[in-house]
Amino acid sequence: MHPAPSIIAFTTFSGLGLGLLFWLGVDPEAPTGWIGFAFFLIGYLLAGGGLMVSTLHLGRPERALKAFTQWRSSWLSREAWTACAALIVMGLYAALLVFFGVQVHVLGWLGALLCLATVFTTSMIYTQLKTVPRWHHWSTPVLFQLYALGGGALLSGRVITGLVLIGLAALAQAGWWLGGDQRLAASGTTIESATGLGHIGRVRAFEPPHTGSNYLLREMVFVVARKHAQKLRLIALGLMAVLPALLLLLPFGHWLAAVAVLAHVAGVLVSRWLFFAEAEHVVGLYYGKR
Amino acid sequence: MTCLPEQTTRSLGLVIDLDTCVGCHACVISCKGWNTENYGAPLSDQDPYGADPSGTFLNRVHSYEVQPDNAPAQLVHFPKSCLHCQDAPCVTVCPTGASYKRTEDGIVLVNESDCIGCGLCAWACPYGARELDLAEGVMKKCTLCVDRIYNENLPEEDRTPACVRTCPAGARHFGDLSDPDSDVSRLVAERGGMDLMPEQGTRPVNKYLPPRPRDSWQGEVDVLAPFLEPVAEEPRGLLAWIDKTLEKL
Repeated sequence: MHPAPSIIAFTTFSGLGLGLLFWLGVDPEAPTGWIGFAFFLIGYLLAGGGLMVSTLHLGRPERALKAFTQWRSSWLSREAWTACAALIVMGLYAALLVFFGVQVHVLGWLGALLCLATVFTTSMIYTQLKTVPRWHHWSTPVLFQLYALGGGALLSGRVITGLVLIGLAALAQAGWWLGGDQRLAASGTTIESATGLGHIGRVRAFEPPHTGSNYLLREMVFVVARKHAQKLRLIALGLMAVLPALLLLLPFGHWLAAVAVLAHVAGVLVSRWLFFAEAEHVVGLYYGKR
Repeated sequence: MTCLPEQTTRSLGLVIDLDTCVGCHACVISCKGWNTENYGAPLSDQDPYGADPSGTFLNRVHSYEVQPDNAPAQLVHFPKSCLHCQDAPCVTVCPTGASYKRTEDGIVLVNESDCIGCGLCAWACPYGARELDLAEGVMKKCTLCVDRIYNENLPEEDRTPACVRTCPAGARHFGDLSDPDSDVSRLVAERGGMDLMPEQGTRPVNKYLPPRPRDSWQGEVDVLAPFLEPVAEEPRGLLAWIDKTLEKL
């Protein structure tokens, strides 16, 4: 799949922001006043900013509001609802905390739950696609939740919880990669089943339908730079888990924590790039590619 | 509404004969011609006369080489457009309700004024039947020429999809595949019509007729064939010397 920068930025930053808001929501003694304001501002900039960026890849962004109508069948529509509900409930919770110093725990828990639900709906947009076997697996939502919870914990200053969750995310990510490499073959979709010609013999794409490129190839048959995938996987794990762990286990300092968070974010961006760039859409088989 | 209908009254669709298709691409051109001038936004081209031309097409013809174990390779031309699936994954993923499957005839359509161009339906389609038009920013797909097949301003013989009407080989057939007595259903039954990627669970309405059996290396061999068997497996004389010399180089 084409690794569109807007979608990579959206899933990474909104996941982090929603993770941070989750921890602020379940915090028994959430920060109030200016400190609380700063925390919630970061959460909203990441989550809201990510959502805004996601509209950039639309062909007709001016009609984006229509995406709220089909929640019965569409995960993308459900994501729009959960995202708005999460931001509104957490906004109310944040306003009471920051401006009145009042913490309404029920509101915080509800908002936290909605934050996780938003990350879940985002992940289901990818997981539901049978056409991309690498994504079509229960482990995809687990991975997204661990990334959001781990990154959010780091951002909210929970060092031990954050490190444990990021460690789990790294393990889940490694397992997801190894399992994902087998999934296209396991799906049973081949150029033979795509063309229905397998009963005659081996099928080879002889000639594409056109001499130039097209939307399908640009959007769904992205194969460039996959040769560096293994190196990039190691870089991603190093940046998102190993480096933050080393930095945070050193005597704690704010600037070290900031570097740890930045390294983690960079690592998540690399892994999210791979999430798209490595994903094989079955339509590629019609073009003799994968 | 992007929930799929439980049942459609009819299932209009195409039957494509892979045995007959000659790969002339006339269906591609007539499709583009009709659908650029009629229903919905035109099918735009980007850089059509430049170095990197591309454009929106609702129908494309691939060509495949099939190599049987004991027979000559075959070339199969393979037109591909929307299969108007009964369990169309492109419809249910649509967040706006722009994509829908009609209850009356099973045609899968896009209401272009509701489409936000998110592209998720194109991701959900295993067949590559949907293309986002770059000029209009909305999703385009085969409409089964919904503006032809019911169009009483056209002579009756023209009330079929443009690709079917234009095919010079008669490789494309249009009809109601839910009616077991329709011409298309009988054709599918007789020729063993098949689904593309059945494992994807989309239950396509369009069917493909497989190529009929062809020549094989066994069986009917000419009576003179034994005399044409290679006489010398190993080169001798001058050829042997050339062979040896070349080996040494």
